[in-house]
Amino acid sequence: MILSLSKDTVQVLKETDVVFLRNRVKEVAVKIKMGLVNQTRLLTAASELVRNMMRYANGGVCMIEVVSSGRMNGVRLTFSDSGPGIPDIAAAMRDGFSTGRSLGLGLPGTKRLVNEFDIKSKVGEGTVVTILKWANG
Amino acid sequence: MDKIPILRMGAFLLVTIQVDLYDRLALNLEADLVQMVNKTNAKGVLIDISAVSIVDSFMGRIIGNIASMSKILDAETVVVGMQPAVAITLIELGLPLKGVHTALDMEKGMNLLRSMIDVDDENEDLESEENDFITE
Repeated sequence: MILSLSKDTVQVLKETDVVFLRNRVKEVAVKIKMGLVNQTRLLTAASELVRNMMRYANGGVCMIEVVSSGRMNGVRLTFSDSGPGIPDIAAAMRDGFSTGRSLGLGLPGTKRLVNEFDIKSKVGEGTVVTILKWANG
Repeated sequence: MDKIPILRMGAFLLVTIQVDLYDRLALNLEADLVQMVNKTNAKGVLIDISAVSIVDSFMGRIIGNIASMSKILDAETVVVGMQPAVAITLIELGLPLKGVHTALDMEKGMNLLRSMIDVDDENEDLESEENDFITE
């Protein structure tokens, strides 16, 4: 059972919003005493996902939550956009797959950096990616 | 618009990234740096990322690009001061930064650059002058 303790949303529409979002996520991570390496993993994951949102969907919204499950605390981020959606999620999750000219590490790399990763997408409607990082996970 | 300063020191260019990188800033740095290598005939580029708390796949790619671009302009690139947490994250992300030379700090990076680059005539003169001075 995962409880949400606090909730905050950040709109990401332009590139400098990315820095603002990273700072907000960092603040929350510091508040729940997440270790430095996990903070870095979480921030890097957030940075990857927010870039996808900017590049493929012209921006979107990120919800930042502090969550708790018994004695464990963590940060859950939900990135929602109303972009074109991903037709083949299995392909997008493979290392080296990219429809833009990038390295194709974004989604699979992000999954490796966090404890929980969920992606839902509908072509023509948008994509929602949720990640969760436990403070000591 | 933020801009990352590029300092020239002899045959080397020094870049210290003190701000949080975002994509446009990294791309501008890439363009500025490659142009500076060409303009100043630099033989080495030293990039200090000790103040950078995260490097994601895009920034990692830019660092790799700078190294390859400088290489074909006959300059070596050394990245110094990477935080341990950043190194962990880069490897887990799947970005081993192949082809980029790294050193722990500025001093070691400078020594590495010197060892990679043939000492040219100018430097030899300087060194011999220093030696003369000491013997006097």
